[in-house]
Formats: sequence, structure tokens, C-alpha cells
Amino acid sequence: MNTLPTFNSMTPEAGLKKALTLSRPDIIEEVRSSGLKGRGGAGFPTGMKWNFAAAAKGEEKFIICNADEGEPGTFKDRLILQEHADLVFEGMTIAGKAVGAKEGILFLRGEYTYLKPQLEAVLAKRREQKLLGKGILGSDLEFDIRIFMGAGAYICGEETALIEALEGFRGEPRNRPPFPVNTGFLGRPSVVNNVETLASAACILQKGSAWWTSKGTEKSTGIKIFSISGDCQRPGVYEFPMGITIAQLLKEVGGEGAKAVQVGGASGQCIPASQFSRAIAFEDIPTGGSIIVFGQHRDMLDVLHNFMDFFVDESCGQCTPCRRGNVKLLEGIELLKEGKCSMAYLKELCSLGETMQIASKCGLGQSSPSAFLSVVQNFREEIMGRTSKTLSHV
Amino acid sequence: MLMTGRERLAGEIQALAEKYGKQHSALIPIVQEIKQKYRQVDSFAMQIIADQLGIHPVEVYSVVSFYAFLGSQAQGKYIIRLCRTISCDMQGKDRVMRQLENDLGIKFGETTKDGKFSLEWANCMGMCDQGPALLVNEKLHTRVTPEKVHEILEECRRSFGVHATEQKEVHLV
Repeated sequence: MNTLPTFNSMTPEAGLKKALTLSRPDIIEEVRSSGLKGRGGAGFPTGMKWNFAAAAKGEEKFIICNADEGEPGTFKDRLILQEHADLVFEGMTIAGKAVGAKEGILFLRGEYTYLKPQLEAVLAKRREQKLLGKGILGSDLEFDIRIFMGAGAYICGEETALIEALEGFRGEPRNRPPFPVNTGFLGRPSVVNNVETLASAACILQKGSAWWTSKGTEKSTGIKIFSISGDCQRPGVYEFPMGITIAQLLKEVGGEGAKAVQVGGASGQCIPASQFSRAIAFEDIPTGGSIIVFGQHRDMLDVLHNFMDFFVDESCGQCTPCRRGNVKLLEGIELLKEGKCSMAYLKELCSLGETMQIASKCGLGQSSPSAFLSVVQNFREEIMGRTSKTLSHV
Repeated sequence: MLMTGRERLAGEIQALAEKYGKQHSALIPIVQEIKQKYRQVDSFAMQIIADQLGIHPVEVYSVVSFYAFLGSQAQGKYIIRLCRTISCDMQGKDRVMRQLENDLGIKFGETTKDGKFSLEWANCMGMCDQGPALLVNEKLHTRVTPEKVHEILEECRRSFGVHATEQKEVHLV
């Protein structure tokens, strides 16, 4: 089940043609007034990011498309690249004009190497059609895009780690500031946007910011593409307006009766059934689009164990809260599974998790304790005082 | 004149350095191509790459050892990466793992003695709605069942041809 109605309804290159008639500030203003926020999960306002990069001094600037989609439960960027690569490249070209960049880089995760030939073919065709290269569609705009393959590191989804990889270093996040919009790839001003963000920006240029703000909520405008998996009848990629409640979403995918839903992937929150009336939006539960449904029979400690294994493996090891903290949380889960964790120690672990949220250097360590903390908060009954028989009903 | 394997490798790295430009940002693409062709990036290769880019070989090693798809150790012709993350886990990746280990006689993280297969874990590979998923080199397989494992391995083995195989098939009893 895969539906992308908004992207499907777009007229090819209409957004780019519109952008070619506008001045750089006018393009940025259109994106800014749409209220579009980054679709990768962090939710930074796209227009503001473009504006910073446009204002930054530098002969050479870069537009980087972050296709290092690695958050557990996320696969919408793969589908967008498979079905709407042109729209993504169109968005990058528009960003190129807005910011004054001549070079675009698609950072494609190594796991998606099989998409590369098809994407290279789309790029070649765009060059042929004068949609890339010098003198785009007869204008004086110059912009081209190359593909850089990632090498298997979740952390490279973090924009400064991604830039480190592009430069040929270990994917270890940088201190921010300076931000990539000022000091990015090779020290030049760089915009790093998610795949869906760039495709959405192309739609906004075509249809106008008022069309975008007519969907979603006041603070979270527009549509959002979701990756839905787990215990539901119709997993897949879905488009919903921002602000949809979890209950509505579960109904669409045939996941009613779920015990919990993980919103935002392993680094997101675990929402229990009692809170299914909450909305998915930046003002309530934010997400990059990953929704994982857990049926009544799932053991939340098994789920958590899987998440923490992931973070222990993917932490870059650079800062102590993340490198050690994730290991301690994982050990804590093992204790809980054996029924050997005291309440005092559990509280200690929660306090460690809160420290990680504050003290970690980048988004990985700041968000990796979220699932742990939300499971402890919402499923305490289930996880405490385990005996070998506790889960015999499972 | 006889050309040694090392000379050939050095020549290839030099050609790659010219293709990608002799700058630090060329490092990952060069390592990726060497890894893909030779299934390893040994210390000799790392030294030549470092010489070409004008950096210390330890810098090359730091990158090679950081990324899951690189790594200096020799791996098999077919690297099988099974997704272990939550959605594939809930869809039965453990049974697929067991069958892969049974059929190849190795554990995850190991390579068969004949250098044909390596088993590796992968973190979420973006096929959560069609799990369990695995990659055989770059080729994707979805909704893998323990029963399908044999078929996937046979497809790989056919590429070796009758003469290319040095060892007879091992049938576990």
C-alpha cells in the first residue's frame, strides 16, 4: 500500500519554471510563508535555512539532499526517490537558485545502492532536457547534481556528520555553531535538506504557499509522508495532513486495537493506547514520518531491547553521554527482562536518560533515551518485577 | 613483464585518485570501489590510498574502520546483510538468521572458508513494510522466509559455475 497523491498530482517542472521567473528573495519568501519545516525529523523551518545560506558570504555554495534515511521504521524517502526523483531534483535546483549554489549533492545511503543506476539515469535525462547544467531552461541559472554513496552509518543522517563523510572523514558530528548554512561542506555555506522537504518545496513553488498552509495545522502546515510498519493490516507509505491523530491513522492502516505506537522511530516516543487521540504535529508529537504499530501481544521490553541495541551499535562514540549512556540503558533493559531491576536503579537510569538528552553532542544521543523514558513512564506495570512466567500469555 | 597483484592494485588506486580528484573528499568513493572489487581494504591498499591523497594511512584506517560497509577485513564474494531492526525483527528475522547460519555453517560476522559468503547484520534498511529484508551485495530481497534462504543462496552459487567452485557443496547432516 503506497499512496503519494499530492506528489502524483504535480505538473513536472512547473515549480522550477515558476522559480525561474522569481527573484531569489521571492523564492525564499514563498517557502518561508508556507511554514514548511524540515521533514527529516528535526523540523527546522526550511525558508529560514535557505535564507541563512543565501545571506552567507561565499563564492561557492552547496545544496545537499539528505537521503541517508536510517531512522528505524522510515522508508518514505526510498519511495519518493523511486517514484518522484524528478520532483526531488527539481526542489534541489530551486534551492540552488534561491541560495546561489551551483552544485547539488545527493547523499544516498549505502543500503540504497540499488537505487543509484535509476537515479543516475534521471539526472542524465535532466541534463539532456536542460533542467540541469548551464543555462537551465534557457535562463542564466547553472546547477548540477551528483550522487555520493554513504557507507552504512546511521549517524550520517545528522547534517554535520553527513558533511564529515562527504569530506572523507569519520561520520562524527561537529559542534554547532557554526551551522552548515555558514560553514558546511568544505567550509562553504551549505543547505542540507531531507528528500521529502525538497520535494515539498518544489510543490510549494508550483502551487503557492497559501495552498500548502490550507493543509495541516497552524503550526504544522501542509501534508506529511508517513512510513507505517508493524502490527497493522496495510503497512506502507501514506500521505496525511499534519495534525492527524494516531487513532485516525491507525484506522487508515488497519491497526486498530494496537497496544502502543512508536512515533518518530527508535529515537521517537512510545505512545500508549490511552493517548491515541494525540496529534502528529510539531506542537504535539513530532516525527520524521516513522510510525511503528505494536499489537497487544508485543513485549515492550523486547521492543526497547531492539532499539537500544541499535543505538549502542550506531553511536559514533565521540561523546561520553551517548557512548556510555546507551550501553547502560541497554544493560538496564537486560536487568528488567531478568526481573532484577530495583525501582531505585530504574530511577537512576531515567535520570541518566535525562542527562543524555541534555549533555549529548548531537541529536542521536539527545533522542536515543526517548523510547526508554516513554516505555518506563507508560508501561511500568508491564516491565517491573518480571518472572519467567510473567509473559506466558504472549 | 610480470605484474604483481600489488602493482596492479596500486595502479588501480592511482587511477581512482585521478578519477575522484586527489583530495580528502575522494577518500570514501575510492575505498568503496576497492572494497567492492577486492572485498577487503588491506593495509597495503590503505597505504597507497594515503600516498595518493597526501594523508597519513591512519586517517584512511580511521574511516575504513568507522563505516559498516567498509572495514579492512576480507569478506566473501557475496555479503549477505540481514536487517535486524524492529519491524523486520517483529516479522521473523530470527528464523531467517538461523537458517542462513545453518545453510552456510557460519555465524553472523563470519565469512565462509572458501571466501564465498559473509553474514552481516544491517540496521534498518528501509524495507520495514516488507520484512524480513536482506541485501545480497546490492540486491534486495524482501519478505524472506527460512524456506527462501536456500533459493537465495543457490542463486549466488550458480554464478560461480561448475569449474569455479573449488570445494564440493557441504551438506549438513
